[in-house]
Amino acid sequence: MTSIDTERTVSLTVNGVPREARVPVRRVLADALRDDLGLTGTHVGCAHGVCGSCTVLVDGEPVRSCLVLAVQVEGAAVTTVEGLARDDHRGGQVLHPVQEAFRECHALQCGFCTPGFLVTIAAGLEARDATQEITEEEVDELVGGNLCRCTGYANIKKAVRHAAATMREDAR
Amino acid sequence: MTTKLFGEPVRRREDARLITGRGRYLDDIGAGALAAAFVRSPHAHARVVDVDVEAALDVGGLVAIYTYEDLTGPMAEPLPVLIPHPQLHAPRTGYPLANGVVHHVGEPVVMVVATDRYVAEDAAERIVVTYEELPVVVGIDTARAAGSCVHPDVPDNVAARHHQETGDVEPALAASPHTLTFTQTIERSACTPLEGKGVHARWDPDDGSLRVYSSTQASTSVRAAIAAKLELSLDRVEVIAPDVGGGFGVKIVHPWPEELLVPMAAIRLGREVKWAEDRREHFVSSAHERGQRQQVTVGFDDDGRLTALDVHVWHDNGAYTPYGIIVPIITATQLVGPYAIPVYRVVVESLYTNTVIVTPYRGAGRPQGCFAMERTMDRIADALDLDRAEVRRRNLITPDQFPYDHHLTFQDGRPVVYDSGDYPGLLEKLTALVGWESVEERRAEAAGRGKLLGAGMALYVEGTGPGPYEGGHVQVLGSGKVLVSTGLTSQGQGHETVFAQIVASELGVPMEDVEVHTGDTRRFGYAVGTFASRAAVMSGNAVALAARGVREKALRIAADVLEADPSDLEIEEGVVQVRGTPGASIPLRTVAVLSNPLRYAFDEAAKQATQFATHDDTRPPVAPGDAPGLEHRDYYSPLRSTFASGAHAAVVEVDPQTWEIDVVQYAVVHDCGNVVNPMIVEGQVHGGVAQGVAGALYERMAYDADGQLQNASFMDFLVPYASEVPDVVIDHQQTPSPLNPLGIKGAGEAGVIPGSAALASAIEDAVGRRVAAMPISPSELYDLVRDPSSERTAAAGRRAGTGATA
Repeated sequence: MTSIDTERTVSLTVNGVPREARVPVRRVLADALRDDLGLTGTHVGCAHGVCGSCTVLVDGEPVRSCLVLAVQVEGAAVTTVEGLARDDHRGGQVLHPVQEAFRECHALQCGFCTPGFLVTIAAGLEARDATQEITEEEVDELVGGNLCRCTGYANIKKAVRHAAATMREDAR
Repeated sequence: MTTKLFGEPVRRREDARLITGRGRYLDDIGAGALAAAFVRSPHAHARVVDVDVEAALDVGGLVAIYTYEDLTGPMAEPLPVLIPHPQLHAPRTGYPLANGVVHHVGEPVVMVVATDRYVAEDAAERIVVTYEELPVVVGIDTARAAGSCVHPDVPDNVAARHHQETGDVEPALAASPHTLTFTQTIERSACTPLEGKGVHARWDPDDGSLRVYSSTQASTSVRAAIAAKLELSLDRVEVIAPDVGGGFGVKIVHPWPEELLVPMAAIRLGREVKWAEDRREHFVSSAHERGQRQQVTVGFDDDGRLTALDVHVWHDNGAYTPYGIIVPIITATQLVGPYAIPVYRVVVESLYTNTVIVTPYRGAGRPQGCFAMERTMDRIADALDLDRAEVRRRNLITPDQFPYDHHLTFQDGRPVVYDSGDYPGLLEKLTALVGWESVEERRAEAAGRGKLLGAGMALYVEGTGPGPYEGGHVQVLGSGKVLVSTGLTSQGQGHETVFAQIVASELGVPMEDVEVHTGDTRRFGYAVGTFASRAAVMSGNAVALAARGVREKALRIAADVLEADPSDLEIEEGVVQVRGTPGASIPLRTVAVLSNPLRYAFDEAAKQATQFATHDDTRPPVAPGDAPGLEHRDYYSPLRSTFASGAHAAVVEVDPQTWEIDVVQYAVVHDCGNVVNPMIVEGQVHGGVAQGVAGALYERMAYDADGQLQNASFMDFLVPYASEVPDVVIDHQQTPSPLNPLGIKGAGEAGVIPGSAALASAIEDAVGRRVAAMPISPSELYDLVRDPSSERTAAAGRRAGTGATA
């Protein structure tokens, strides 16, 4: 019988790297990423699925990792904030346009909610036709599901526009 | 000085790590540490009859269980009253773990330590605590009625009666051509940073030292409190505030029970222990603010000029008063705002209730004071049929009246003397920014669309940068790197950036060479903390003074080498040079090497400072009064606070079908003196406005009569998403402070202060009914409008008379 103490080995790809973790079946994905895999960039702000700080991408889709058990993502590809930047093949990293935009537009203050915003917005921007100018409705949609207590969101929206513009330039 | 970074919108240093997941917040520290969890009281007021831990003992992974019985020495005594005050006649604080009686839901009763948090919570839920329930006091009315009491030796539930007056108010009121009396209320809200509190402790049994990480706004004082409570020598305790995921006031309170209990467990167990607060814990066991009832009596003349103001405030301070009466004092003294008030009397009664403690939340009593004063202005305007901006204009302190003494005593024990400001300038900018003159046109246009439009405004003055002091240390290394440290902490305000801007500007070095550290007692042991919009004022000036000390020393040493007069030298881009003489120069990093006379050449650069490389044998290598190293430590300690100011205006549209309140315009004029980084200041304003709107329209603490917080989650306590926060337009005014070397005033809290006042005014203007309680939801607005007994504004009556919608 499966009890809360039952452990299972979960195999998944995290930020492009195959990983395994031996976890109790009740462990949520956020804790497995943070405590078992050492990826502490994903933050838990409420643990009940409202704030969005813990958002990660599971097979490309934003998921609240505080509401998903680690065992549920067996075999999946998970992207966390640590995986947004790309290797520049010269020993450094190239930031994702949305990361650059957050810095440029002062879209973060304490930075605790930022990883959740970044992965959500990155996924959203990558899923759209980058050649099209972003609309305000799209901006609102991309920032609308996460809580930030510091910024009042104005600069987060500005960063989304900025990142979309950068990606549009790149797509041309 | 070419390295002019002061005043520039420099991008933040902090961001590189925070946008890549490399931030280091409390719960990111100490992988593998034991985890603490708490059994907290489910009752608002009860006697703890028995704690039965038997069933928890079988839980695999359980390490330790602590109750009050396990506390010894100072740990078994009540937590400190952090800010004593003669008018706080009945201070009460809790214990680290409940000692016989619990006074609010959420109070810690038992601490469990286990191999991880899941296991700790398994054990905690098996612990059976038997309670005998006691009568519960919730809300200001119940507390005042004193049918039951929170603390048996405080039968009237009054913790403090704070009283200030500037003259004889009663005759002044009696002599006033007009008087008005009204009452209004503001409900509770809370800081709710996205990261809760948290503590990690590591004990080194070999050298008897303790390192504590805490998500705090006051690491030096947490350190002192831990040393006192755990009976350790101060030098054996280090406290570090790592990256902190927002504070807004709640993390200035200390020592929280967990800040003492987690280190205690780490010492007793000889293992790392960590506790990271969860969201429900934060709601029921951290702190709230704002809850007040206010009764205002105002006298004024036919022109709307104030003649006297008499205010009585009932302030809900929750179950304990660890932070003294700071919030009541701030309400009492900041209420007067930018206005000249001939006679003012204020009494604040601070009342115990069986609810979570009340301590500063961004604004810290100012939003309530602003609500009282600004709504008074609105009522005078309404009574006299005057424009609300005009009534304010007539009462403003004028620029030629500074320094302006209100004859009140501020939260720092110092006089409320406004140092500088231009309040008519603020009002003029605000009315232009929001289009105040065109409100009637817009009202008519909105009416055509079936919407009720209204506008409101609110002005404030904010005492910022209170003492006693902050310090700064600046050191230039032989590598050219400039290390800056200050003791106060950071919670997202960009201190690493702004202090680097200040030091780079003062010293004449590239900003890339400057590295800033905050909130780490290993680097700087003397500090007060981050609160009251004081970091830029206090530590900004302290690091500037420290940088000036380094500069002076650098010029003195360089002058020797360059055989020039120090007054002919300048530092640009990290190079000391003789002004106007290209080539006669020495890099600052070399000056740093020369500042430390050496015997040993540990690297190539060090050779220059060794004993056979230097030739002046007429004086000792380190002259009397001098010290080795290119470094300087200095402190900034102001005579009194500096007073920032601002003005907000809101335009709302109310849908008379749903009574939804849409903030269609929000305008801010802001004056925080000289601005170090306008990008960061605007960010602070944006965030403050969002919290102001939240407190006005969405957030409240819904306690039931049993003292249960009904909305202790983000599902039910409505922190605004982006969709709820209006676009904000900002205009700036800069009136430098004459009190400090940099001429700056604080900016952190300002944005939140006038929110409820401006929005209440706008909603009232839209619907024509008196809005005397905030926050206000659509259903409450519907009830207000439908209630035949609710007061109609005179302006609405006049508009109705002319056929306009009201």
